Amino acid sequence: MRIELVRRPQHSALFSALSPFIALGLTLVAGAIMFSLLGKNPVDALYYYFIDPLTGIWDPGNRWQLHELAIKAAPLILIAVGLSVCYLSNNWNIGAEGQFIIGAVVGSFIPVVFPGWHSWIVLPLMLLLGMLGGAAYAAIPAFFKVKFNTNEILTSLMLVYVAQLFNDWLVRGIWRNPEGMSFPGTIRFSEWAILPQVWPESGRAHWGFVFALVAAVVVWFMLSKTLKGFEVKVLGQSPRAGRFAGFSSGKVVFFAFLLSGALAGLAGISEVAGPIEHLNEKISIGYGFTAIIVAFLGRLNPLGIVAAGIILALTYLGGESAQIAIGVSDKAVRAFQGMLLFFVLACDTLIHYRVRIAGAPAAKAAETKAGEATQGA
Amino acid sequence: MKTRFLTLAATAAALAFGTMAAEAKVKACFIYVGPIGDFGWSYQHHQGALEAQKNLGGEEQVELAYLESVPEGADAERAIERFARSGCNIIFTTSFGYMDATNAVAKKFPDVKFEHATGYKRESPNISTYNSKFHEGRYVQGIIAAKMSKAGVAGYIASFPIPEVVMGINSFVLGAQSVNPDFKVKVVWANTWFDPGKEADAAKALIDQGVDIITQHTDSTAPMQVAHERGIKAFGQASDMIKFGPETQLTSIVDDWGPYYTKRIKAVADGNWEQIDIWGGMKDGHVVMAPYTNMPDDVKAAAEAAQAKITSGELNPFTGPINKQDGSEWLKAGEVAEDGVLLGLNFYVAGVDDKLPQ
Amino acid sequence: MLEQILITIATAATPLLIAAIGELVVERSGVLNLGVEGMMVMGAVTGFAVALTTGSPWLGVFAAVIVGALFSLLFGFLTLTLVTNQVATGLALTLLGLGLSGMIGEAFVGQPGIKLSAIYIPGLTDIPFVGRLFFGQDPLFYVSILLTVGVAWFLFRTRAGLTLRSVGDNHGSAHALGINVIGIRYLAVMFGGACAGLAGAFLSLVYTTQWIENMSAGRGWIALALVVFASWRPLRVLAGAYLFGAVSIGQLHAQALGIGIPSQLLSALPYLATIVVLVLISRNRRLTMINTPASLGRPFVPDR
Repeated sequence: MRIELVRRPQHSALFSALSPFIALGLTLVAGAIMFSLLGKNPVDALYYYFIDPLTGIWDPGNRWQLHELAIKAAPLILIAVGLSVCYLSNNWNIGAEGQFIIGAVVGSFIPVVFPGWHSWIVLPLMLLLGMLGGAAYAAIPAFFKVKFNTNEILTSLMLVYVAQLFNDWLVRGIWRNPEGMSFPGTIRFSEWAILPQVWPESGRAHWGFVFALVAAVVVWFMLSKTLKGFEVKVLGQSPRAGRFAGFSSGKVVFFAFLLSGALAGLAGISEVAGPIEHLNEKISIGYGFTAIIVAFLGRLNPLGIVAAGIILALTYLGGESAQIAIGVSDKAVRAFQGMLLFFVLACDTLIHYRVRIAGAPAAKAAETKAGEATQGA
Repeated sequence: MKTRFLTLAATAAALAFGTMAAEAKVKACFIYVGPIGDFGWSYQHHQGALEAQKNLGGEEQVELAYLESVPEGADAERAIERFARSGCNIIFTTSFGYMDATNAVAKKFPDVKFEHATGYKRESPNISTYNSKFHEGRYVQGIIAAKMSKAGVAGYIASFPIPEVVMGINSFVLGAQSVNPDFKVKVVWANTWFDPGKEADAAKALIDQGVDIITQHTDSTAPMQVAHERGIKAFGQASDMIKFGPETQLTSIVDDWGPYYTKRIKAVADGNWEQIDIWGGMKDGHVVMAPYTNMPDDVKAAAEAAQAKITSGELNPFTGPINKQDGSEWLKAGEVAEDGVLLGLNFYVAGVDDKLPQ
Repeated sequence: MLEQILITIATAATPLLIAAIGELVVERSGVLNLGVEGMMVMGAVTGFAVALTTGSPWLGVFAAVIVGALFSLLFGFLTLTLVTNQVATGLALTLLGLGLSGMIGEAFVGQPGIKLSAIYIPGLTDIPFVGRLFFGQDPLFYVSILLTVGVAWFLFRTRAGLTLRSVGDNHGSAHALGINVIGIRYLAVMFGGACAGLAGAFLSLVYTTQWIENMSAGRGWIALALVVFASWRPLRVLAGAYLFGAVSIGQLHAQALGIGIPSQLLSALPYLATIVVLVLISRNRRLTMINTPASLGRPFVPDR
């Protein structure tokens, strides 16, 4: 059997809209098979994964779970929105995790070093510093890429480890809480340095989620309605065409990295000033990497990313419900996320190509066509 | 789904008929920082939970629920709150990093009891803290090491420079010096609780520098395996690791949380739970030594004698005269270190061949 | 003692070397597979599980190689046949590998494994100072060296190697010359997967004979960096892997000697060094132009 791709004359609007849903459907089917193999009732498992965390919509007693969903989704959306600009312009920033951490560190400077400064300006300054920190850290791979043509995938990734170790050194060393019995972690921030909760009556969701929504709308507008967005996309698709149009690819590299670094930094400081309330060595559980899935699941469209961030957050919360209720291992969550990304990527092919499955007799004719024989992995 | 509704119904019933509460079953919930299969910290907590359930009449009387590998960041509070809302009567959060989250949830749910391991904050009356004096076991290990080592120097694989670990190193050295005053300890900080590759490398580095006994304050069994390959002896950690080194393990400090969990869950069932802050040692059954193996009878006898003395309270590892690493006096002859000082310990005693990271 | 330290360094370097050599071939064919970590950890769990159930570590190694190759086929199918984005697909492979291996391995956590024993040649192994280093290590150490030399010879001394490099340098021209670009890339990807699987088996059967979740602990990413660090030259990968091994082991020795340097700084050194080297080699445009596969990471769909 041969699978061949035939390029569509124009990309398919139908599949553009449908592909995320097909991918989600396929993931559900594959997930159901996986749970059956584990000896769990697949309907129960999928219920706990995808419905249980949402019961708060109609059940006020469960409304807190919606707040938790927002808390979990906020950093994912913020980071992924920035990454979408990077990826659309062909800049492979996979070091958002490091930018997140540096954002959190730089933003924590004021509440840790000047804990006695109680003023309304503390919080805005922290957020600003967080964004600056993330952006500055993202500027490193951008600079090397523009100046020396250094591969940004590897430099941005290596910087993640450096950021983690730097943060670890800080919170175990000079920034350690003197009353913390030598355990790692800074002092607790004063109330002036804590992000307020949006709706404290029913849960602890904080303003980070609002920042995420605002960022998504602003970046969406920038990408679809402004010349800058056009420049980003043209240079991403064809650097040569972009240069003919008079766009500077170096400037766009910086623009994309600085923007995504700033948003990752904002996510970092929001996480620290929001639910955690102090800086420690365990502030991230890999948001910077998971956000890459979110960016692709949202098809690099900031509005799609909002939905995608919520879906990914669902898998974390649902994974917990499923673990308690029916004893599904916590490892299933990551396998699930990997499958989801696979299906999303595969389905996106449908947008640009028509897939034909040709029988064996057609093999000869197919040789001149696109595609290659596979054994259907 | 069914079981969940049944639980909710049972909880509702228990609430409705308060008088029956003592007879209704208790739901005990556990939050673990690692996988329960780590054969170290989280594994031992889970074993303790299972033991408590068994002691108190099995599933009929005690319902267990747990979440493993819960990150210590923003996720912890959600996981704890989820348990608090799902009808748990008592929630054990078994890692230091859950301290703030446990306190935050405890304030919101005054009717639920919370037990936080290794922490020091008790901001509301429904939260207790508990920990164990593992350093008592390390003192015994020090005695064994000094008697078994030909080189007179042991290797110590440490995780992070927190008081718990520093205390363990000091206690080990003091035990060893009670046998051989010139005994030395080399320390390597692995900066991890659990990374077999790195722990194995650390063990090899120490052995290559001439130590002939390995002890560890990290959780994997890798150092034991390396010691076995190199033909030297080692001590296990957290659980009995004898099957990873049948000819290698001298003994192991076993974290036995079963007695404590039994007591606390029973207190909830009986309605007499009260806030406490306990630091239990051998006397309380928190610290148990795995069988003494691979050593001559006289060493075994010395180890057993020390263990008996610590258990009876006759011997406290931190009894003066003890000098600090820099030679200055810490404890006068006969003086015993206060718990508060030990819990914030950030210096070495004389005889440690390392500079403590600050 | 020095011999022992060198052996320890070799043990730390071998998994990096094996995985990096595999990835080097993949990248030389013009494909960037960021899924090394996922394939490695799948190899680790497979090797351990098969060795433990059958009692034969060699069957474990064999199974790990097969599973690594099959797992990479998933990546190949998506990126080569369905022309999906290589960066994202590689990340998906890593995620999937970490999750799946955790689930497969749950039954094997906390069990002592079976070690692939070191070789012993009477006479040679017993030579003082160097005998064990050269003639007494585990068999996979020798495999890693042979693999490096073999790949270097294949890439630069054989016709097939030239074809593979031409596919990576300019897939358009290669296709025009009648070379089956996609077919060659499939083979390269599977070779990379097999190597990553082998590296994983080394971790669970030699390095530490046990299985734990996530036991590759970032070594797949290091292997990726080594390929670029070595500017896509096999012998430089060898040097890089041993340098990396020496730094991480030297760090522990420095500590055991009681030298008080923040361990975080020491741990960060290999990453910082990689960045510096990356910058230095990319600064030298001529060097980069010669060695970097020009089509790296670019999708290829032959037009009719």
